[in-house]
Amino acid sequence: MTFTAPVLNYTILSPMLIVLAGALIGVIIEAFVSKAFRPLVQLILTIGTLLLALVQVFRIRESESVTAAMGSVIFDGPGFLLQAAILIISIISVFLIADNENFTALAAAIPGSPEEHESIQQGNKVTEVFPLTLFAVAGMMLFPVSSDLITLFVALEMLSLPLYLMAGLSRRRRLLSQEAALKYFLLGAFSSAFFLFGAAYLYGYSGDITFSGIRDSVVGGSGNDIFLLIGIAFVSIGLLFKVGAVPFHAWSPDVYQGAPTAVTAFMAAATKVAAFGAMLRIYYTVFANAQWSWTPLLSGIAIITMLFGSFVAIAQRDVKRMLAYSSIAHAGFLLAGVIALNKAGLAASIFYLFAYGVATVGAFAVVTLVRDSAGEVTDLNRWTGLGKRSPWVASVFAFFLLAFAGIPLTSGFIGKFSIFSAAYESGAKGVVIAGVLSSAVAAFFYIRVIVLMFFTDSHEDATTVVIPSVLTRITVIFSFVITVALGVYPSPLIDFINKFATFIR
Amino acid sequence: MQINNGLVYLIALPLAGAIILLLAGRLADKWGHIFATLMSASSFAVGLLQLSQMLARPAEERAVEQKLFEWISVGSFQVDAGLLLDQLSICFVLLITGVGTLIHIYSISYMSHDKDRRRFFAYLNLFIAAMLLLVLGNSFLNLYVGWEGVGLASYLLIGFWNQKPAYATASKKAFIMNRVGDMGLSFAIMIAFASLGTVSFSGVKEAVPQASTASLTAIGIMLLVAAVGKSAQFPLQAWLGDAMAGPTPVSALIHAATMVTAGVYLITRSNFIFDAAPTAQLLVVIVGAITLLFGAIIGTAKDDIKKALAASTMSQIGYMILGAGLGPVGYAFAIMHLITHGFFKAGMFLGAGSVMHGMDDEVNMRKYGNLRKFMPITFVTFGLGYLAILGVPPFAGFYSKDMIIETAFNAGGIKGILLGSAALLGAGLTAFYMTRVMILTFTGTPRWDEKADPHESPILMWLPMVILAIGSVTSGFLLSRGDALVHWLEPLFAEHGEHEELLKPIVVTSLALLMVAIGVAIAFLKYSRSEVSRTAPEDVSILTKIVRRDLLQDDFNEALFMRPGQALTSTLVKTDEIVIDGAVRGIGSAALSSAGALRASQTGFVRSYAALILIGAVALVAAIWVVTK
Repeated sequence: MTFTAPVLNYTILSPMLIVLAGALIGVIIEAFVSKAFRPLVQLILTIGTLLLALVQVFRIRESESVTAAMGSVIFDGPGFLLQAAILIISIISVFLIADNENFTALAAAIPGSPEEHESIQQGNKVTEVFPLTLFAVAGMMLFPVSSDLITLFVALEMLSLPLYLMAGLSRRRRLLSQEAALKYFLLGAFSSAFFLFGAAYLYGYSGDITFSGIRDSVVGGSGNDIFLLIGIAFVSIGLLFKVGAVPFHAWSPDVYQGAPTAVTAFMAAATKVAAFGAMLRIYYTVFANAQWSWTPLLSGIAIITMLFGSFVAIAQRDVKRMLAYSSIAHAGFLLAGVIALNKAGLAASIFYLFAYGVATVGAFAVVTLVRDSAGEVTDLNRWTGLGKRSPWVASVFAFFLLAFAGIPLTSGFIGKFSIFSAAYESGAKGVVIAGVLSSAVAAFFYIRVIVLMFFTDSHEDATTVVIPSVLTRITVIFSFVITVALGVYPSPLIDFINKFATFIR
Repeated sequence: MQINNGLVYLIALPLAGAIILLLAGRLADKWGHIFATLMSASSFAVGLLQLSQMLARPAEERAVEQKLFEWISVGSFQVDAGLLLDQLSICFVLLITGVGTLIHIYSISYMSHDKDRRRFFAYLNLFIAAMLLLVLGNSFLNLYVGWEGVGLASYLLIGFWNQKPAYATASKKAFIMNRVGDMGLSFAIMIAFASLGTVSFSGVKEAVPQASTASLTAIGIMLLVAAVGKSAQFPLQAWLGDAMAGPTPVSALIHAATMVTAGVYLITRSNFIFDAAPTAQLLVVIVGAITLLFGAIIGTAKDDIKKALAASTMSQIGYMILGAGLGPVGYAFAIMHLITHGFFKAGMFLGAGSVMHGMDDEVNMRKYGNLRKFMPITFVTFGLGYLAILGVPPFAGFYSKDMIIETAFNAGGIKGILLGSAALLGAGLTAFYMTRVMILTFTGTPRWDEKADPHESPILMWLPMVILAIGSVTSGFLLSRGDALVHWLEPLFAEHGEHEELLKPIVVTSLALLMVAIGVAIAFLKYSRSEVSRTAPEDVSILTKIVRRDLLQDDFNEALFMRPGQALTSTLVKTDEIVIDGAVRGIGSAALSSAGALRASQTGFVRSYAALILIGAVALVAAIWVVTK
C-alpha cells in the first residue's frame, strides 16, 4: 500500500489559514504581551487578520481550481460570498467585542468569589476572547465550503466550541451567563450526536462521505432509501439546531439572553450565515434530487418556525429574548430560501443573510448602550420613553427594528421580498403565505417597541444611555450605513451576488 | 444627440445652496442671502454659456443630453435619470434663473427684517433647483420629480409665515389642490408606460404613431389635469388666490413667472401627444378659454392688490393654455406669452411688494391712493408692466397676446369664432381690472392708514423692478422680430400648414385695441371721476357679490368636495375604529394570549429542551415515513 502526500491547494485554503494563524498568534500574545497592551494589540491583530483574510477571499474569488485538501473543501461562487459575508460581519462585531465593558475580568473565578473581586481590582480583561473569536470565524468560514461530511462536522465543532466558551464570559449576571454557556454546550453536543448519526446513515447509504459521492448515489437512486431518509433527517437536525429552527430552537433565547451582548451579536449574525451557508450547499447540491422527500418537511418546519418565532416574540419582556425570537422567525424566512431550490432563492438567501446579519449586529450593539448602574438594562419596561431621553440611540434602534420588520427603504424589505418571490416561483406557496402572515405579526412587536420608546411616557427609574465608546460607535455606524445603503440602492450587491451565486457540484 | 456633461451644474448649484443653507443653520445667517443669490446667479451664467454654445450649433444639433445615472432598472423597464437641454428648455432655464436671480436680489432687501431670512433663501434656492429639474428632465418621470419638488418648495414658501394660521391653511390648500393635478401626472405616466412601454420624451415621441388614439387621449387628458392643477386653471384654480399669503417675492417668482407656467411647459413638451389626440387638445383650449375669462372676471372685483394680480395671472396663463391647445401653430406663441408674462407680471408683483413695503404691509387698494408722487420708480415700472399686459404696442404683451388671439380666430369654424371672441373679451376685461389697479393705487386722493409711510424702496428693490420693466418693454419686440422665437422653436414641433385667415391680422389687432380702449375707458369713468370709498360698498348687485366671492369657487368646492369628503372620512374613521381596529386589537390580544401559552414551553431546564429536540427528531422521522410511504 502506498501513501501519497495530499495535495492541499493552499491558495483556496489561504483565507482560513490566515484567520487560524491570526488566532494562534493571538494565543501567543496572551502569553507574552503585558496586560496593559494586550487589549489594543489583540484588537489590531484581530482586525488586521480579518481584513487580510477578506482581501484574500476577494483576490481568489475567481480562481481556476475550486477544490482543495483532496476534495474536502470546495471554494465556488457562493462559498466566496458566504466567506466574505462572515468576514465582514465579524469585523463589525469585533469592534463591539473589543468594548471591554462587556466581559468578565476573570472567567475562571467563581461568581462573587474573592478571586473575582481581586481580579476586578487589578483591572484584568479577558482578551482571550479575541483568539476565540478568530477560531470561531475560521470554523464558520470552513462550514459553508466543506464538501464532505467529516470536514463539515469538524467545521461545526470548530465554530461551536469557542462560542460555548464565549457565551460564559459575561461581566454582569455571571451565573446566568455560565448557565447559558452550559446549556448551549450540552444541547450542542446533543445535536452534534444527531448530526453524526445522520452522517453515518448517509455513508451507509452511499458508501461515500464526499458530497459528490452521496449526490451521485442520490441521482442514481441505487441505495436503500430508508438510509438516505434517516440520514437526511438527522443531518438536518444538526443544522437546524444551529440556525435555531423550531423545534430545535429552545437553546437560543436562553443563550442570547445570558451571553455577553457582544457575543450574542456575533453569534446571532455570523453563525447564522455559516450554518445557512452549509445548509444551502447540502440541500442545493447533495439532496437536490431527493427533493420529494425533504421539501414537505422543511416547509413544515419553516412555517412552524416563522409563526412560532413571531408569536412568542410578542410576549417577551426582555429585549434580548425578543431579538432571539425574532431571529428564530428570521430563520424560518431563510428556510423559505432553502426550499426555493433555484438560483434566485440562493441569491436571495445570501443577500438576506448578509443584510440580516449586519442589522442584527447593529441592534445588539445598541442594546449594549442602554444601561443603568448595574449594567445593561434589557427589560423592555424600562426602555419606555427612551426616544425622548436619547433620540439618536432610540432612532437608530427603531431603524434596525424596521429593517427586521421589512419596511421598504431598509435592507430587510429587499431581503424578504426577494426570498419570498423566489420561494413563490418554485411553488412553495404555503410557505410564502405563512411568511407574509408572520411578517405582519412580527411587525406588530417591532413596532410595539418603537411605540414604547417614542410614544410612552417614561418611568421614574429611568435608564441612562451611556455615551458610546468609539468602538461601539464604529459598529453601530457601519451596521446602520450598510442597512440603509442596501435598502436604498441594493442593485450593485444584488448584481454582484447574482454573478457568483451558482454552486459547483 | 450630443452629450454635454455641464447640464447638471445648472441644477447642482442652487441645490447645493439650499442644502448648505439648511444644514448650516444659524451659522449662515450673516451670509446666507448673498450665497443663495450667488448660486442662483451662477446657474444663470451657466445657462447663458449653454445658450451661446447652442447658438453656435446648427438648428438640428442644438439639443444636448446628459445621462446622470441609471435610475430604475426593473426587467424591461429602464429609466435613466437624464437631463435634456433643447430650444424649449433653454427658454425656461434662462427665465427661471434670470428672473429668479433678480428676485433673490429684491428679497435681500425685502426680507431684511425677517429673522428667518436664511431659511427663506434656502427655500428659494430649493425652488430654483426643483424648477430647473422640471424643465430639464428628459423623461416624464424625471419631470415628475421636479414637479413634486416645486410643489414642496411652493408649500414651504406660501406657509413661510406659518405662525399665522390663515397662512398655514393657505399653504395646505395649495398643496392639496396641487395633489389632484399631481395624481393626473402620475396617471399619465402610468398609462404611458402601460401602453407605450416608455416614459422618456424621445421614446414616447417615437411610439406615438403606433399608439392607439384612445390611450393617447387618456394620457393627454391626464396631462391636462396635471397642468390644470399646477397652473391654477379651471376647475382647480382656487388655490392661487390664497397662495398670495406667501411673501411677495415668492408670488412674483413662483406664482407668476415660473411654477404656475409649468402646466404650459408640460403641454408644450408633450405636443406630440396632443397633436395625435384631438379630443384632449380640444379640452385644452376649452380649459384655457374658460380660465382666461374666469380669472379676468374675478380680477375686476378684487380689492387686495396681490389677489388682483393673482387673478390676472390665472387669466394670462389661460391665454397660454389656449395658445398651447391650438396645436403646432400656437405652441411658440404660448411660450412667447409665457416669457413676456414672466417679465411684466414678475415686475408688477415686485411693484406691489414695493408698495406694501411702504404702506405697512397693507394690501387693500382702497387704502392706497396717490402713490405715484411718493414712489416714482415703482409707479413707472409698474406702469410699464401695465401697458405690457394690456397689449398696447409696442410693449411686450402686444406681440404675444395678439398672436394668440389671432391664432384663436384662425382655428376654424365656430370654434375659432368662439375662442377668438373669448380671447378678445378677456383682453377688454384685463384692461378694465388693470386700469382699476393703477387708478386705485397710484392716483386719486390718499386714503392711507395712520401707520403708512409711503416712500420709495431701496435700490436693491427697485433695480430688479427696473430690469424687469425693461424686459416688459422690449422682450415682445425682440422675440417676435423676424419671428425669432417661432423659428427657434420650430425643430421641436410638428409642421403646420397654412391656415385660412378668418380675419386679417390688422383687423384682429384693431379689434383687440378697441376692446382694451373700452376697458380702460370704463375703468376711468367708474373710478377716476368719483371718490373711492375706503371700504368696499355693500349695496352692490348680486353679480358683483358673486364675483367678489371668486365666482363662488370656494362654495362650490365646499359643497361638492369638502362636505361629502368630511362625511366620507368620518364614516371611514368610524369603520376604522370599530371594524379594523377591533380586528387588529382582537388579533393582537389573541396573539398575546397564545404567545403567553407558548412561552410556557420555555422552562429553562436543559432536560426539557433536550426532550423537545428528541421529540422533534422523532416527529421528523415519523413525518418522513408518512410522506414517503
